[in-house]
Amino acid sequence: MKFGIVVSEGPYTHQASDTAYHFVTAALAAGHEVPRVFFYHDGVNVGTRLSIPPQDERNIQEQWSALAAEHGTDLVICIAAAQRRGLLDQKEADRQGKDASNIAEGFRISGLGQLIEMGIDTDRLMTFGD
Amino acid sequence: MATLHTVNKSPFATQTLLSCLGHAKAGDTVLMIEDGVYGATSNTGLADAMVGMGGAVTLAVLAPDLKARGIDEGRLLSGVKTVDYAGFVELAATHDRTQNWL
Amino acid sequence: MTDGVKKFLYVNRKAPYGTIYALESLEVVLIGAAFDQDVSLAFLDDGVFQLVKSQDTKEIGVKNFSPTFRALGDYEVTKLFVEQESLDERGLTADDLQEIMWEDEDEDYVEKPSIRIISRTEMADVMADQDVILSF
Repeated sequence: MKFGIVVSEGPYTHQASDTAYHFVTAALAAGHEVPRVFFYHDGVNVGTRLSIPPQDERNIQEQWSALAAEHGTDLVICIAAAQRRGLLDQKEADRQGKDASNIAEGFRISGLGQLIEMGIDTDRLMTFGD
Repeated sequence: MATLHTVNKSPFATQTLLSCLGHAKAGDTVLMIEDGVYGATSNTGLADAMVGMGGAVTLAVLAPDLKARGIDEGRLLSGVKTVDYAGFVELAATHDRTQNWL
Repeated sequence: MTDGVKKFLYVNRKAPYGTIYALESLEVVLIGAAFDQDVSLAFLDDGVFQLVKSQDTKEIGVKNFSPTFRALGDYEVTKLFVEQESLDERGLTADDLQEIMWEDEDEDYVEKPSIRIISRTEMADVMADQDVILSF
């Protein structure tokens, strides 16, 4: 089975990203495919490389980056939601005249079409949010 | 053609669980996750509504979220199934669609 | 699903402006329209408030996005299911909602209402008929 995952809340404030991560890990362990995770609304903030959680807590961004590196999962951050909230890759920062970018390894910024495509191309779409 | 519904908020905080149960159809499963697991406990003001509305559907809870909140499985409404994340995946795979109530 | 066309349902249960979900959900609908799927929108619980007419946001300083609903017909999004019981519970009637129309090219472009007020039971049937359900 191919699962499409949407994470629509930010890290730490909501449990959404954690639940999604555990779901994806279990799905992959069971032999299912998770080709893409789409981050929308405040979920785009999962993709910042600047977060420094306490040492004894999980690092949500690093968990996702590691999962993508191991399984090839496409971590997509919605450009419209990201622009509103200040999550930029270098290309966007240059294009918009901002003096910094902050996207983490393994994440990429793209359009809402990627969410619709994910709905079309997967067997089950799951949303983890508020 | 059954639906897996998920609810992640306490029914004492929002109407989401009751709205979900009001739309679920016979044969569906309602899985309570995150703060939603409080909806599965017995001896609450909502227990009768849960039993009444939940009759035709399968009620389930995500066990890791129960444990996190210190809820012993003995406190659950009778008939509520517990699943772990692997079980959550299995439910999603075996139902025809998922509806996540946010 | 027929011919690779899936039934997409966008579920709206939240009021507008207090949170961004209503606006950003509509943004997905507009982009999604380009993909030629069978799209429906569901408005239930506080989501019915999104369709109330005469929204004037000047004094809260945020953009009034409610006119966008009236453009949905041009994007071939013509099924806006609104739950009767949710309206009743909130003291609303059909008259409180915006007029949202679409032009039926199969019937000489006659204008028809996009808002379809249905019962909770019918809404449950709509939901059970979908391939992909997006919640915001």
